[in-house]
Amino acid sequence: MDLYLPIAGLSVNMLVIIGLGGLVGVLSGMFGVGGGFLTTPLMIFYGIPPAVAVASSAPQITGASVSGVLAHGSRDGVDYHMGAVLVAGGAIGSLAGGFLFRLLQDAGQIDTVVTVMYVVMLGGIGAVMARDAIGSILAEWRGESPPGSGRRHHPLIAMLPFRWRFYRSGLYISPLAPFLLGFLTGVMTVLMGVGGGFILVPAMIYILGMSARVVVGTSLFQILFVTAATTMVHAMTTRAVDLVLTGLLLIGSVTGAQLGARLALKMKPEYLRLALAFIVLVVAIRMLLGLTWRPPEIFTVQPL
Amino acid sequence: MKRFLLLLLLAPLLVSAESPRLVPDVSQRKIEIIYSFTGAELLLFGAILYPGGRVPSDDAQIAVVVKGPSEPVLVREKRKIAGMWINADSADFRSVPSFYALASSKPINKIVDGRTAVIYELGIDNLQLSPASGGDPAADRHFEEGLIDLKRRGGYYSETDSGVEISEGVLYRARIAIPARVPVGHYTAETFLIEKGRVIAAATRDIEIHKSGMEAFVARAADRHSFVYGLTAVLLSLALGWAASTAFKRLRD
Repeated sequence: MDLYLPIAGLSVNMLVIIGLGGLVGVLSGMFGVGGGFLTTPLMIFYGIPPAVAVASSAPQITGASVSGVLAHGSRDGVDYHMGAVLVAGGAIGSLAGGFLFRLLQDAGQIDTVVTVMYVVMLGGIGAVMARDAIGSILAEWRGESPPGSGRRHHPLIAMLPFRWRFYRSGLYISPLAPFLLGFLTGVMTVLMGVGGGFILVPAMIYILGMSARVVVGTSLFQILFVTAATTMVHAMTTRAVDLVLTGLLLIGSVTGAQLGARLALKMKPEYLRLALAFIVLVVAIRMLLGLTWRPPEIFTVQPL
Repeated sequence: MKRFLLLLLLAPLLVSAESPRLVPDVSQRKIEIIYSFTGAELLLFGAILYPGGRVPSDDAQIAVVVKGPSEPVLVREKRKIAGMWINADSADFRSVPSFYALASSKPINKIVDGRTAVIYELGIDNLQLSPASGGDPAADRHFEEGLIDLKRRGGYYSETDSGVEISEGVLYRARIAIPARVPVGHYTAETFLIEKGRVIAAATRDIEIHKSGMEAFVARAADRHSFVYGLTAVLLSLALGWAASTAFKRLRD
């Protein structure tokens, strides 16, 4: 089942791409992450040019998060107020990311910088999540009540000026904190082809201290808008969005997302978090090794 | 004396009328890339015409070259810095053919002399890539080797030693595979008749490789109407996401 991708300029096996989309969709439905941190490296590994892989995974993440936003929205699981602040930060971040992308591409260091970013962020977040999940699982085994979170949010957040009330998140904090978080994920969406859910969800829990009920829905809400904006940025600057590739990925991922959401209901949240931490850590370690191993290609060619 | 001079002036014309001619053709003048394109195979064939019923020479050899559009490229080299493999040095090349396939009736370095090979760019090592850095030749050579190795392993550059069949000394044919990932554009198929290490006749045919149908439409839209194209991508993703979520809701109820 070979199909020619008009923008990528090569033939791929349809079923492989749909399967890849499906796998990522299941993860996205289960954990509330877009799954871009897996799709983009896997597509590059399959032989799709990195620029096309990054640009085409953005609309795929949009599609995968739609059903999540709809589902969470219908049971009040989205803090639209918080989401709007995040989206504003994300939009500005994606513009800054586009500028940074150009700069690093000209210097020839885009791949290294992106990989180092992946390793640092995935490694750090994976470790924090694993520690937390293992802690609560052990506590449950010993029959104790899970350790209550000692502090609501990071002390630095409390120091920021202009506090706003975010009712659904149960927070009274400065909008600067979520704005900066949104900005950071916006930059990452453009640079790394990820939705930023894997950093947004833990940051919302551990740094902002948002109420767990709205974390996943609000994260998906932000991802939906920022990836849509990123698709437009890519379509108009890099012109690397491949509609055929996106379509195939979407078919897999929107179906997978539904299955994933169903699976998530059957699993305990601690185990779910441990599983996500494990996946995140594996990807981080693989990328760290990739930096130090001798690469298969010493030379790379870039058209001028 | 006058007649002798005239003869001398006309001599090249007479000789050229005496030398053989090539009548080449290719199986496809146009290659269209459609949704199921997984590569193509070009058949290059033709005849060697010997004027005046001359007996075909035993020594006549044929080389065919299919060349893709040239482009300027930047080649970067990775080096281990602080434990990580990072892009370090780079070099520019002004004209790098995106595709180059050579097929000949015998190994190319056995049938042409070095100078001829360079003039006609026969053989991958004789391609003129025009390094633009103006640095030292050894460094340029190093990058050139890296670039050629990459192109060769990617299937973009190839050399086939016995890829041309000559029958009865007058008919020849060669097959050249065009891989699925070739860039689109204007290609040329050159045929060279070689005798005693020199090229004595050459002929060129053009080949167009382009996207057609749905693929061409998508590629054109992405390039010319990028805003509408981006909007289409976003709407497609929203629509598919929404459709899946409603479909599954129906299924559950």
